Amino acid sequence: MSDKVSLPAPREAAPDGARGEPLLVAEGLTKHFPITGGFPVKRRIGAVQAVDGLDLTVRAGESFGLVGESGCGKSTTGRLLTRLLEPTAGRIVYRGRDITHAGRRELAPFRAEIQMIFQDPYASLNPRHTVGKIVSGPMEINGIDPPGGREARVRELLETVGLSPEHYNRFPHEFSGGQRQRIGVARALALEPKLIVADEPVSALDVSIQAQVVNLLRDVQRELGIAFVFIAHDLAVVRHFSQRVAVMYLGKIVEVGDRDDIYRRPRHPYTHALLSAVPEAADLMDTPAGGDGSARASRERIRLAGDVPSPIRPPSGCRFRTRCWKAREECATEEPPLLRAEGSGPGHLSACHFPEPPTVERTTEVILDPALRAAEGHTESQPPNHAQ
Amino acid sequence: MWRRFRRDRSGVLSAYVVAFFFTVAIAAPLISKFYGKSPTTTYGLNEQGLLNEYGYPVAPNGGVSGRFWFGIEPTLGRDVLTQLVFGIRTSLLIAVAATVLCVLTGVVVGVTAGYLGGRTDYFLGRFIDLLLAFPSQLSFIAFTPVVYSLFVSPEKETPTYLRVLTLILVLWVLGWMGLARLLRGQVLSLREREFIEAAKVTGASPWRIITKELLPNLWTPILVQSTLMLPSFVTIEAGLSFIGVGILEPTPDWGRMFANGAQYYESDITYIFFPGLAMIIFVVAFNLLGDSVRDAFDPRTKR
Ligand SMILES: Nc1ncnc2c1ncn2[C@@H]1O[C@H](COP(=O)(O)OP(=O)(O)O)[C@@H](O)[C@H]1O
Ligand code: SF4
Ligand SMILES: [Mg+2]
Repeated sequence: MSDKVSLPAPREAAPDGARGEPLLVAEGLTKHFPITGGFPVKRRIGAVQAVDGLDLTVRAGESFGLVGESGCGKSTTGRLLTRLLEPTAGRIVYRGRDITHAGRRELAPFRAEIQMIFQDPYASLNPRHTVGKIVSGPMEINGIDPPGGREARVRELLETVGLSPEHYNRFPHEFSGGQRQRIGVARALALEPKLIVADEPVSALDVSIQAQVVNLLRDVQRELGIAFVFIAHDLAVVRHFSQRVAVMYLGKIVEVGDRDDIYRRPRHPYTHALLSAVPEAADLMDTPAGGDGSARASRERIRLAGDVPSPIRPPSGCRFRTRCWKAREECATEEPPLLRAEGSGPGHLSACHFPEPPTVERTTEVILDPALRAAEGHTESQPPNHAQ
Repeated sequence: MWRRFRRDRSGVLSAYVVAFFFTVAIAAPLISKFYGKSPTTTYGLNEQGLLNEYGYPVAPNGGVSGRFWFGIEPTLGRDVLTQLVFGIRTSLLIAVAATVLCVLTGVVVGVTAGYLGGRTDYFLGRFIDLLLAFPSQLSFIAFTPVVYSLFVSPEKETPTYLRVLTLILVLWVLGWMGLARLLRGQVLSLREREFIEAAKVTGASPWRIITKELLPNLWTPILVQSTLMLPSFVTIEAGLSFIGVGILEPTPDWGRMFANGAQYYESDITYIFFPGLAMIIFVVAFNLLGDSVRDAFDPRTKR
């Protein structure tokens, strides 16, 4: 898989929408999970603001990466986009049709077009169904009878995802995690979708298997021209998969842009932190031996540690400010809008009052965790609250 | 699954035993015909020389002989074998009917509560709690006569079929909650699994999700519970007949044979021996069968 970045490095020439029609558009997408409590009468005492005002556009045939730490609302976003969850607010438009609150019957014509691949290869396949039944189920539900019959189509799909057609009558528990995930891919492909939301499809797998499954997904995406929303918790997996990447933090998108914008010219401090957390060796694909080797070497500088604040009571203003080394007064009072920062290319938006310079080179060391700072001997300024 | 079951020796053996009991119950009239006795004929009274002046069988071992294989009943002198065979028939009829009704109710209520959740679940849950709050043994004893009197005025004789229906009804009403609650819990955890979401993403209807995705995962608890339920209904029914609120004379009944046997056991142990042995074998075999079914259904247990 030679994935030499063949795209021209400066991508200013590509205005929004050039790569394809907008397929799925989300505006102000919000999901709050109510927290109920109290006795004897239960009432609403708060809400988990899992997703809070998300704007994103997925274009036909493109691969869109959605990255953020665990708990920041990625899965919730994925389930909102596939309409497994009912949005609290905002709009979802699929191919020009508002499907925000569409019921099961209204969604029926689009169900075949938007599919999902799940994170847990053990929970996502019904243990009582054979592989054949699992993969043909979607066709059965949608009344699709491919020429040659469903069974033939399933066997074909199994070959497509790198399994043997003989696996038709086997049960999921006879397969390894990677093979199960392939079955999940075959199921998602059964309806010939236009968009697949893949929710951390490899993070439950052995590192040795991850690359194979990512390669499969990438081949599928390229050869069949299916648009992907690829959810991941670090930037390493998405790097060779997605043309555009959005970085999420605590229910919001903090930065979105083309792959090179995010990996080479990130502006948001959180993106910088995430990037420096990507170890060289964890790069799944053969790394393009480019000139950025030196930049990488000087990049392992930000230790993003400490816990993500609770999405029940997120910090005021910028949600990242409790862990940001650049935070100032303004960050607490005013929420930074998602805008094109000065010096960024078009389509590269970030939500920060004081964006970082557009480079991954770093000369000063930034340690975000007070405890870590203490442990490493930076004793000069012990923060008072280091023992949480 | 079937192959796994067949490799389980005690499972296969208990399946045969259970099947034998059902065959006996179904074929009771045939057995009676070939054996040449009827369960209601009072041989001991009709013929001289079978019972002594105290009403006990003359022959040793409770009158076991080539003619009366399991002996004859003290006092009335009826044939024990046909009594037992027809008694098993009555008891199994009631227990099977009650089990079927309980399983259906338990599945419907449990799956509904678990799948819909929210308010429906809350109210169904409280209703189950309410029914479970009745001390079941006492309730059976207390309610059965009450239900009889609903159907028939107390002065009149309750026809046998109404007694059977009443017993089924009482066992049903007080018997389904355990399974419902168990299934509710299972559905609650299953419905959060990703394979349910996968089905929803492809547009599956709630009906399809329940019948095609959830139910296949519920067969084990349903089967295991019903194999526990059925013998317990047999013993409850026997208990009710024992204390006189179940099936009355002259209809043969397994449980009532105990009641009678208990009166005579000091002088005629044989009379209680056969019905008792039969019931112990039946209950043990059914429970073993339940265990084997569970093992066979669970892909994780190795055999
Ligand atoms: N069904 C739910 N009810 C209540 N809270 C939920 C639910 N699903 C997710 N959450 C909460 O929403 C937040 C985001 O979760 P999730 O979208 O799963 O994050 P991620 O996939 O990025 O790890 C978490 O704090 C999680 O606890
Ligand atoms: S807005 Fe302030 S707190 Fe938020 S990321 Fe930018 S500098 Fe940090
Ligand atoms: Mg997740």
